[in-house]
Amino acid sequence: MAVTAVSDATTRPVPRLRRLEDERWLALTLLAPTAVLLGLFIAYPFVEGVLLSLTNTRVGVEGGFVGLKNFHKIWDDSIFRTSVWNTFWYTGVTTVFKLALGLWLAILLNRHFRGKALVRAFILLPFIIPTVLSTFAWKWMFDPTFSVLNWTLFQLGIISQRINWLGDPDLAMASIIIVNIWRGVPFFAISLLAGLQTISPELQEAAAIDGARPWQRFWHVTWPLLLPVTMVVVLFSVIQTFADFQLVYVMTGGGPANATHLFATYAYQIGIGTGLLSEGAAISLAMFPFLFLIVVVQLLYIRRVETR
Amino acid sequence: MIEGALWRKWVFYNIPLILFVFVLLFPFYWMIITTFRPDGELYRPWNAANYQPFWTNNPTLDHILYLFEETSFARWMLNTMFIAIVSTIISLFCGVLAGYALARLNFPFAGGLGTAIFVTYLVPQTLLFIPLAEIIRNFRLGDTPWALILTYPTFLIPFCTWLMMGYFKAIPKELEECARIDGASRWKAMVYIILPVAVPGILSAGIFAFTLSWNEFIYALVFLSSPDQKTVPVGVTSELIRGDVFFWGPLMAGALLGSIPVAIVYSFFVEHYVSGITGSVKG
Repeated sequence: MAVTAVSDATTRPVPRLRRLEDERWLALTLLAPTAVLLGLFIAYPFVEGVLLSLTNTRVGVEGGFVGLKNFHKIWDDSIFRTSVWNTFWYTGVTTVFKLALGLWLAILLNRHFRGKALVRAFILLPFIIPTVLSTFAWKWMFDPTFSVLNWTLFQLGIISQRINWLGDPDLAMASIIIVNIWRGVPFFAISLLAGLQTISPELQEAAAIDGARPWQRFWHVTWPLLLPVTMVVVLFSVIQTFADFQLVYVMTGGGPANATHLFATYAYQIGIGTGLLSEGAAISLAMFPFLFLIVVVQLLYIRRVETR
Repeated sequence: MIEGALWRKWVFYNIPLILFVFVLLFPFYWMIITTFRPDGELYRPWNAANYQPFWTNNPTLDHILYLFEETSFARWMLNTMFIAIVSTIISLFCGVLAGYALARLNFPFAGGLGTAIFVTYLVPQTLLFIPLAEIIRNFRLGDTPWALILTYPTFLIPFCTWLMMGYFKAIPKELEECARIDGASRWKAMVYIILPVAVPGILSAGIFAFTLSWNEFIYALVFLSSPDQKTVPVGVTSELIRGDVFFWGPLMAGALLGSIPVAIVYSFFVEHYVSGITGSVKG
């Protein structure tokens, strides 16, 4: 087919559609819109960002080349160091909880009961409702004076006076972590549920006949089979959490006293809030090595699974 | 679940599940109750004697009216809707074509391009927002919906492409070959034979893209400045908080109403949405 198309092309003037018979031309045409948009708004800004971080540009002031000065500056910046630590802590803690709770919820959902479809539809709500909007509901629930959480804890006899959730650095961090877990658990649960459903129940039965206890069945049969899906879900979630912005921006804005900044919120505060564009770009780009590492791990893992 | 007594089923399955559902949905209940609660009740400290958290006897529409009369909320809804729909259409168009090319055609660098698109899938918005803001300004797109319509596809296209690749790979090659033997061109075989079969996939990708663009925040926050251009998440954040004063009633009303379009779209296509999630993690 392709051969006749090419020989046609040499003898007669080529109608445009005829050229699309050649797979390479067709592929080029089909990929062109994507390449243009991604090139213009991902590759180009990336290069611009690197260049910007090497200058001392501020809002309205065209800067000159200063080399790695911005990176030296943020390296010595104690708030930046806190943000780096916060980002790792935030990502690590939330991922462990999201995985554990998500897996638990997936197992609870992986059986037949009345209203299953409805429950599944409802529990995904935290994941699909715009994060900023649901985070405002949480912020209102955490309000020290009008907080329903304080009221509940007081009624249960756990606390005797008000807790200033977002006013204390450690509690503020804990609050942010709670909201992130709340938002992420449905995604983990639904993805892992899909993974669980591909595992044949016969394997479980066979293990049960061989005398495996429920915990052993989970650990030696279910978990290894679930691992590929788990890996992908965890890596996606780690990237999203590592680069998170909206949740912290709404809950604390990086406060109290800059104690809860992540990379992204601090980059925003310096780059947009203060107007030090090149320093903000440098803070954003400081995320890159870590993200790069995560992506490489993911690509290697996918390749390994595919070639197996 | 035949083995084990009834109480075990409750302790190990039903009660934990009920707790999960309660915690996952409670913030939405809180949003709704706050929307209809009058200010007098709203700003009553939690340790006051007549604090009544879970119900109100005097429901009011004041907060919703405030939203429509005192702010540009209706405008924000329209903006968000327009931006979400147009960027979803652009992304679907690009993603379907690219996904088809990467899944079905043989051409040099196909593997490398597939990997490149997968990598951009993982680029978070927060990595590039500062240089992108400069570029948007240089293109004179700042403070217009087009700033978002053209940049949202950067995170939607890779997702759509990835999802569509999975769908196209699952469609048997014979289907296309039959059409080609009957004399259809490659282009026609794609448009008339393969795309109709892939409609469920296109729908999944579309729903997902729509909710993602409705949810996007940092680009909208940085690229738009005038109150009339804003999207719902940004408008609510910037216009209903003055300094340290939070207008909690209207804020929650805005959060509730701003969630409704996404919730409606989602409720119609739950199955497609779920298969979008699972498709995106399986690849």
